[in-house]
Amino acid sequence: MELTLWTYEGPPHVGAMRIASSMEGVHYVLHAPQGDTYADLLFTMIERRGQRPPVTYTTFQARDLGGDTAELVKGHIQEAVERFQPKTLLVGESCTAELIQDQPGSLAKGMGLNIPVVSLELPAYSKKENWGAAETFYQLVRELLKETKAQEYKPGKWKEEGRRPKVNLLGPSLLGFRCRDDVLEIQKILAEHGIDVNVIAPLGASPEDLLRLVNADANVCLYPEIAESTCLWLERNFGIPFTSIVPIGIGATKDFLEELHQILLMDKLDANNEINQSRLPWYSKSVDSNYLTGKRVFIFGDGTHVLSAARIADEELGFQVVGIGTYSREMARKVRTYSKTIGLEALITNDYLEVEEAIKESAPELVLGTQMERHSAKRLGIPCAVISTPMHVQDVPARYSPQMGWEGANVIFDDWVHPLMMGLEEHLIGMFRHDFEFTDGHQSHLGQLGGHVKQQEAKSSTTIKDSENNLNENSVCWTSEGESELLKIPFFVREKVKRNTEKYAREVGCKEINGEVLLDAKAHFKA
Amino acid sequence: MGGATLLKETGPREVFCGLTSIVWLHRRMPDAFFLVVGSRTCAHLIQSAAGVMIFAEPRFGTAILEERDLAGLADAHEELDRVVKNLLARRPEIRTLFLVGSCPSEVIKIDLARAAERLNSQFNGKVTILNYSGSGIETTFTQGEDGALKALVPLMPKSEENQLLLAGTLANAVEDRLITIFQRLGIGKIQSFPPRQSTELPSIGPGTKVLLTQPYLTDTARELQNRGAEILKAPFPLGVQGSELWIKAATDSFGIDRSFVDSILEPLIIRARKALKPYIEQLSGKKLFLLPESQLEIPLARFLHVECGMELLEIGTPYLNREMMAQELDLLPESTRIVEGQHVEKQLDRVRAHQPDLVVCGMGLANPLEAEGISTKWSIEMVFSPIHGIDQASDLAELFSRPLHRSKLLNREPISIASN
Ligand code: SF4
Repeated sequence: MELTLWTYEGPPHVGAMRIASSMEGVHYVLHAPQGDTYADLLFTMIERRGQRPPVTYTTFQARDLGGDTAELVKGHIQEAVERFQPKTLLVGESCTAELIQDQPGSLAKGMGLNIPVVSLELPAYSKKENWGAAETFYQLVRELLKETKAQEYKPGKWKEEGRRPKVNLLGPSLLGFRCRDDVLEIQKILAEHGIDVNVIAPLGASPEDLLRLVNADANVCLYPEIAESTCLWLERNFGIPFTSIVPIGIGATKDFLEELHQILLMDKLDANNEINQSRLPWYSKSVDSNYLTGKRVFIFGDGTHVLSAARIADEELGFQVVGIGTYSREMARKVRTYSKTIGLEALITNDYLEVEEAIKESAPELVLGTQMERHSAKRLGIPCAVISTPMHVQDVPARYSPQMGWEGANVIFDDWVHPLMMGLEEHLIGMFRHDFEFTDGHQSHLGQLGGHVKQQEAKSSTTIKDSENNLNENSVCWTSEGESELLKIPFFVREKVKRNTEKYAREVGCKEINGEVLLDAKAHFKA
Repeated sequence: MGGATLLKETGPREVFCGLTSIVWLHRRMPDAFFLVVGSRTCAHLIQSAAGVMIFAEPRFGTAILEERDLAGLADAHEELDRVVKNLLARRPEIRTLFLVGSCPSEVIKIDLARAAERLNSQFNGKVTILNYSGSGIETTFTQGEDGALKALVPLMPKSEENQLLLAGTLANAVEDRLITIFQRLGIGKIQSFPPRQSTELPSIGPGTKVLLTQPYLTDTARELQNRGAEILKAPFPLGVQGSELWIKAATDSFGIDRSFVDSILEPLIIRARKALKPYIEQLSGKKLFLLPESQLEIPLARFLHVECGMELLEIGTPYLNREMMAQELDLLPESTRIVEGQHVEKQLDRVRAHQPDLVVCGMGLANPLEAEGISTKWSIEMVFSPIHGIDQASDLAELFSRPLHRSKLLNREPISIASN
């Protein structure tokens, strides 16, 4: 049993719903109690869809449990097939139905329906939403392609056939972060390189489209959380290679294009000439961005977006990554490996309070996270940009705003830098903040998020006592001069400096902390 | 009983489960914590229904069952004890802990009553631990509140005193207003249930007369009756008429002179009718279809028909308690179509066939209907908004006229600037 106050991911059958709702001609019969129908609102309200998800819930009740729930399931399947006329049927169960073991998948298969039936087994007590989405997509592709004979894959076949190379874009789905626009951006970039798109799936694909997956020269794995297992299977069974780089950020987009050219046996590409299609490199280089140097960032989200964000922060914006983590257990290994390379220990957790603690501990100047980290950061008075699901209605903007490709890099520059103050503005506020015009604490357009807020200081000045709050012979106290020196330290690292100074004071046996001790301690911990 | 046509329908339903009530109950009693013993689905339902209302540490959570809990029951009880102890150690301000049963906990038969008893003896009165079911196999949406209140009834102190008890969660401001009105009418002691602090439970006994503020408190009403209280028969306090009859049910039973009561209520009623007028103009003659969800459908339909002149195509209700609804049904015209239960697909077919001007429905169905050109109102809004009482009647009407007004605004003929 695990106490959960809030969860980053829904149950695995919500992942299955994401696949079914993303596609055309697919219907999902879900053996589940009535309350589970809440999941419809994720699509119709958060993603703002004008169609109901193609899902029939059996909504069995306690009084049905004594009787024949299997018949009930079959009745719902029959009705759903007649009413919605799907081309392919998914059948599965939610957490409760898993316990009563009606095996709706086998029931459906035994009904002699003349459409493909995919039986989904998604263990609700050990797996979560993204896993469920990946598994559903994989099972669906497998079922539909089971009759398709594996032909021998020939790299560069397109040349022989005198056509342009074509690829599948795999992984975009509803309730995925900015998928709608990423797909457009990637299509545009591929078209510029003479690469055609064969199938985009699951978003907008029909079962017939999935049958055509095998005609591609390569798979582009846009979201490994959703599509990696399918890409691996297509590679194993049909020899179709897939890309390993997710094109988010300048460096990654460039590497992705080079990788794809190589996989497709196209002429070697030097994508360096292309990066100026994005404004990010120049904006990052321009003098006003000097102040971005070494900004401390904390990154948390799904695996794909966290890894991409870390690379952009580190290589393209000159930030310092001071904390990194993910809620995607399936991506934990990749995130851990990466974080070692930048000297950090990755935080792998589904507990948002643990993430909040880690944010406090690492005292960042910018948080890149999910909507939950946005809330935490707001409480801590730290600017934040959202980079990952779980989805919120604000993450489905009306305007075009991809994360991938050159335009994606532009969007990211704006989204991340906007919460911070621009360089000159910050400099001036820093310079004049002690002037009388600023006595009430100047706030930039960000208000409190800018960090220059009097309340923060007022609050901490009343809390200046021994952090450990013990009044034994070990206790230390702050002189008023020490206190005012402490207050000059930016609030986001102040708590840490305070703790370190007290620790230092105890170590050297000093009972009263003044400005000098503070400086000594700073030097001590720097050394 | 009026001549309403009562129909039953079964099939796929589109209704929240009783866990959803936690979303407003935890705000009503800030010293209580609601711990669902359930699955990730349960946790996800509550956070999705609660929308953006995320607090630093919310006063609800889910003890999520994992594979190893399903292996053996003894284990599940030990695990629950551990979770509760950690939780209460972390949250010393919690005075009442509700263990809330879910579909998974009920299917594998975790006995939460026994767990509550055991934990109660361990916490020795420092925290009161109660249990009820919010599961989707037993309860819908607002029935969760019925379960929670029912669990509190045995803890209410006994009293013989003559008093009025308002049962059912109200918005605080509305509650204050109603109490003021009853005081003006000369009722001395008025209490509310649930209270604003879980520890300040109202007393109950033979002198207590109960006015139900909400139509979904079947079990709670029975328990209150078992404690000697009298449940007053009245329609529910929605709209001017419903609220007036509801208030008068109390004053009559307290033997307060009718003409005095009228003299107090008259000005309120005149004012409320005046405020209602512009909305009646917008709503009158418009066709209304209510899908089942909150259990408020029948009283709302009665208000919108009788006072606002809307035409009722169909009133869906998750379940129909005829005794509880008797006074409401009396006010509805002959041949009103009331459908208990649901076959969501067939019901939506009927919606499309009748092309109503307004559909009251759940959050999952609203945008798809809007996309088909049908205006909607979320039923969940009714359980969050201050809509009870005479003074609120126009606000209640406004909630329904807003979508109609908006669609009119957005569908105006464009004004051509060049034409002048
Ligand atoms: S219907 Fe049952 S399983 Fe689903 S959220 Fe409600 S209590 Fe949990």
